[in-house]
This record gives sequence, structure tokens and C-alpha cells, in this order.
Amino acid sequence: MAQNTRVTAKKLFIFAACMFGFGYVMVPMYDLLCDVTGLNGKTGEVSQVKAESMHVDMNRLVTVEFDTNVNPALPWKFKASEFKMNVHPGEIAEAVFVVENTSNKPVVGQAVPSLVPALASLYFDKTECFCFTAQLLEPGERKEMIVRYVVGSELPENISTMTLSYTFFKAPDSDDVAVSEKESVKAISSKS
Amino acid sequence: MSYAAVHEDDHHDHDHKPTGIGRWLFSTNHKDIGTMYLVFSLIMFFIGGAMAMVIRAELFQPGLQFVDPQFFNSMTTVHALVMIFGAVMPAGVGLANWMIPMMIGAPDMAMPRMNNMSFWILPFAFTLLLATFFMQGGAPAGGWTMYPPLVLQLGDGFPFLIFAVHFLGISSIMGAINIIATVFNMRAPGMTFMRLPLFVWTWIITAFLLIAAMPVLAGAVTMLLTDKFFGTAFFDAAGGGDPVLFQHVFWFFGHPEVYILVLPSFGIISQIIPTFARKPLFGYASMVYATASIAFLSFFVWAHHMFTVGMPLAGELFFMYATMAIAVPTGVKVFNWTATMWKGSMTFETPMLFAIGVLFMFTLGGFSGLMMGITPVDFQYHDTYFIVAHFHYVLVPGIVFGIISGVYYWMPKWTGHMYDEKLGKLHFWTSTISVNVLFFPMHFIGLAGMPRRIPDYSTQFTDWNMIISIGGFAFGLSQLILVWVVIKCIRGGEKATDQVWEGAHGLEFTLSSPPPFHSFTTPPEVTDATAHS
Repeated sequence: MAQNTRVTAKKLFIFAACMFGFGYVMVPMYDLLCDVTGLNGKTGEVSQVKAESMHVDMNRLVTVEFDTNVNPALPWKFKASEFKMNVHPGEIAEAVFVVENTSNKPVVGQAVPSLVPALASLYFDKTECFCFTAQLLEPGERKEMIVRYVVGSELPENISTMTLSYTFFKAPDSDDVAVSEKESVKAISSKS
Repeated sequence: MSYAAVHEDDHHDHDHKPTGIGRWLFSTNHKDIGTMYLVFSLIMFFIGGAMAMVIRAELFQPGLQFVDPQFFNSMTTVHALVMIFGAVMPAGVGLANWMIPMMIGAPDMAMPRMNNMSFWILPFAFTLLLATFFMQGGAPAGGWTMYPPLVLQLGDGFPFLIFAVHFLGISSIMGAINIIATVFNMRAPGMTFMRLPLFVWTWIITAFLLIAAMPVLAGAVTMLLTDKFFGTAFFDAAGGGDPVLFQHVFWFFGHPEVYILVLPSFGIISQIIPTFARKPLFGYASMVYATASIAFLSFFVWAHHMFTVGMPLAGELFFMYATMAIAVPTGVKVFNWTATMWKGSMTFETPMLFAIGVLFMFTLGGFSGLMMGITPVDFQYHDTYFIVAHFHYVLVPGIVFGIISGVYYWMPKWTGHMYDEKLGKLHFWTSTISVNVLFFPMHFIGLAGMPRRIPDYSTQFTDWNMIISIGGFAFGLSQLILVWVVIKCIRGGEKATDQVWEGAHGLEFTLSSPPPFHSFTTPPEVTDATAHS
């Protein structure tokens, strides 16, 4: 193989390796894009203090609807206490949700929010949400959970209704301790 | 001609081909490897074709007849993977292996051992993929696009699917690097870049697309693998990921992949049309620039595959206009091919018939592509038979016909015998009629709302589905004629001249038919007169 062939091939292999890396760079780039554009309805988070200092537009009322879903892998019931609320832009509102663990095992769930229309998610911020952390429910436990949110008063005029949707998933590492211990014992014994 | 004679003399001493199976297993010869690629691709074409026949048999009537829905879904999924990665891509690489060294005046490819490796990875990759049919959970059935979370529900076959894709990626990246290294470093004296035959040009650009796009696919499927087995959450909403992200990464590969498939076919017909119109190619330089622009633009249009997943308006508009922009360089190419035929002394041998078929029917597929590029109307077409009609028009009469025309065009050069022209023409006409009976009505049922990838349908679609299935069976059977023509041509036939075709130009037609084992051991001198046709 001639020297110049070797050089060409080396450069091209490096280019291919960089493109493999680029596939992974697309992951943070996508998250950034979602933050900037409100794509996929990812909602924002604000401090209580900042939310309280917002200007309240008493002349306008917008509707916030709630939609609740449970991933089939999670043995829970999940409902909003009220299906919709009318709020003034700028005012802090509170919505209550009820979850119940219908299984006989403790389970950890994680709620993932999404808001439509996606554009509204740029003006929709939460000061407190059960979706900020994973939730543990004991067997048969029933719990009320709250979301405290504020719709920014800069919300475009043409948006009068928003739907906030939550899906509860089983948290990735929530298999109960007993099972995972058994599995690791099995794995060890099968290795030996 | 004169140097061909020289070759035969100095080849007597060191031109010893290994014999038996070893000749193929350990081959480093560009022609033998090219032949293996082409034979492999033909076998895969029939395996993928058999799956298409199962699909069409099931869809002949509404209701469930022959296969259960899970197996039907495996058929659509694996049919696509086999046809794209097993039939079309290896056929393109096979033609590149055979023709590029001869076209640029080189003795062989730049890295012959790597060439051997990139071929022999393929049978292993497809063994992994096709073995999934015999596993718990069956073969991949979530669509060839492998969207999560559906693909993660695949059973034991899942890691086999992922590693098969990895192998295919490695194989085509190595093949692409070899082609670029060959063209950049092994051109004969005087063979400047702007004198390269257009087939070589389209292949350089395809090779760059492969190197840029295939690693991204490898990255995407690696993320699927770690999501399933190693607890990452790239695409898992519960862990903070997003399944829509996969679609972005996948189609960032997937759209350039479309041009990886089609550009070699463009190159082939750019060789054939001037030969049989007996005129030089119209607008050579504009063809090169148009091909490069298509390749460049192909990296900025991926989201037109996913208009319906939800995107900001600005995004939908950007991807719509970028998609429309690709029609401009493609239009330049179609114009140039037509202008090449204008006032030419045309004859219609089989390769020319297939090339004109590409020109007509690829353009038709291109138009339905433009229709789907218009965001608002795409919401109606998305995931219906309209898209099936579109991509089969560009893939079958656009690309497969291009490859077949190349095979007919160069077969006399490879074997030293003319093929049976009557059978060739029969193959063209049966294929062309049946391919239109097969794919054209799909536009109608698609617009009427028949969804793709479903084994059953509403009864109002029955008549067209029956016609489509009949077209499908006829198209499948027509391809057996090709096999017969190839076998007959290898066995014997009228002796082909060095130039083969009256209007053929280019270095490959200065070599004997069949060419010597090592193409050009003394590089030929290329001047303007002997350069591109």
C-alpha cells in the first residue's frame, strides 16, 4: 500500500470516527433545541419568589386542562382531582392529582410532563411539582400530589387553552430490592 | 487496445489465479470481489423479493389469509433491511469494484485486503439478521427504521439486529474509504478530476456520504442497545430521554442514505445514455456540481420524514424549503440526460431501454416526493400507501433499473460474450409493465387512506390490492429472466469486441473483453480526446 493511500485512508477513518461522535453530540444539541423552542412541551421551572413577583393580568382568563396517563408497566392509578382550571396569567395556581399503588409491592414512579400547544410551554413555569423527583408508593398507598404553576402574562393572545399532560412511568431502577438481590445471586451462581 | 495486448504478454508469468474456493475466500482482486458483491446482491434481491411476495399474497384479499400479523410485520421490516443493505448497496459497491479501477486506469483497488474484508463481513451480517427468524420473539417487526420504544420490545433477536447493522456499517465504511483512496491516488496520468467518468464521480460523492452518514446510524443503534441492556435513557421518557430524538438521529443518517442508494444509479445512466445517443454527455461539469449539491443538501432535509411528530412552524417551513431546493440540482440532471438524447442517433439496446426507464420513472417518483415535501399535505400522505408508492418508484424503477442497466451495459465486457438481446428486451418490457401495475395504483389507495404496514384493510381497497398483487407476482417472475440471461451470457454467446458498443468511450473499453486479471499494469496516458464520453 502506497504512502499516500495510507494517509488518505487514515484521514477518512478519523472522519468516520468523528461522525460516530457527532451522533452522540446530537443528544445535548436536541435538549438545547427543545429548551429554546419549547419543542415536545418541556415546561420550565421558576422559584417561588420570582413567581410571586410576576405581574397578574386580571383582565384575562386562560384555561389549563389536565391529562393523566400511566405506562402499562406501572401498577398505579393516576387522576387529576379537577380536569380543568381557569387562571389569570401571572397568578400562582395549584392543581391536585391523586395516585394510588394498586399492587402489593412498593414501587417508585416518575412522572414526565408535556404541554400543548408546544409554544405555550415557553410561558408555563412551575414552582413545585411531583414530577421534579421520583415518587415512592407503599403497597396500596393512596397519595395526593400537587403542582404549583404560573402562566406567564406574555402568553400570546391567540392561546386561550393549554393541556398539561403527565405520564407516570416506572422509574428505571425501581424493581424491589428482594428481586434484584435474587437476580444478582443467580447471576453469580451461573457464572461459577 | 494496444496496451491490452501488452498486458497479456507480461501477465503470463505472474497472473496465476488461485483456484477453487480459495480464489473467492482470499481474493484481493477487484474483479473477483466485484463479482462476489454482485452475486451476493442478486441472492439478497431474491430473498427480499420472496418476502415481498409474502406481503402481496397476504394483501391479495382483505382479512388474514396466510400469515399472522406479527410475521407480516417481520416481512415488511426485514424486506426493507435486506433490499436496502443487502441488495441495492452491495450491487452499487460491486459495480464500483469492477468498473472504477478500469475507468481510471488503475491495476486494482488501493487497499485490496480491506476490499476482501468489506465483502466477507456481509454474509456474516445477514446471517445474524436472518437468524432472528428462528429466535424467541421472532425477527424484527417494528419497521426498518427501528423506532423506539417499539423496537425495544423485540425478543432475543434484538442484539442480533443491532450487531447486524453495526457490521453493515463497518463494511460499507471500509468499502467507501477504499473507493476514495483508489480514485484519489491511483488515477492514470492525465486523468484529472474533471475528466473522470461520471460513474466515478457519483461514487466518490456516494462514498463521502457513506462515511458521513453510516457512523451516525451506528451511534443511534448503539444508543438503542445501551438503552435496552445497560440502563441508559437516551430514548426512554421515564429516564428523561425522548423517543423523538431517535427519529432525528436516525433520519440524519436516513436521508443521506437515500442518495447513497440513488447516486450510483445516476452515474450508471450518465455512462449509458451518451453511448446509445452517440453524443457526449450534455453539461458534464453541471452534472458534477449538481451531484455534489444534492449530496450537500441531503444533510439538511432529514425532518421531512417526520413532519407529523410535532415541530415548531419555523422548523416545518425550513425543512419544506430545503426539500424543495433539492429538486433544483435533480432537475439539472434530468434536463442534462434529456438534452444528451436530443438530436442523438439513438438506438434502443437493453441497457438504453432500462436507462430511459430510470429517467422516466425516477422522475415520477421524484414528483410524488415533492408532493410529500409540502408540509401541510404531507399530513394526509404520512404513513399511507402513497409514501410506499413514492419510495418504491425511486427505489425500483429508479435504482434497481439503473443497476440492471449497468449490468447489461458492462456484462459483455465482464464475460467476453454478448448477452441475448431478445431475452434482455423481454426482461425490460415485462419488468416495466409489471412494475407500474405493481406500484402505480398504490398512489390511489394511499390517497384514499390505506395505511402502510398493516396486514388487513377495509374492503373498498380490495380491487386495487388484487391488481397490485398481480403486478407484484409478475414483477417477481420477470426477474428470473435476468438470472437466465446472466447464466447464458457467462456460458457463451457471440464474442464481444473490446469496445462492445459502437458509441462506447472510456478506458474500460480499451481493455480486452473479458479484461485481464489485473486491469492496467502500465498506466495509460489520458488526453482530452480519450477522456470522458
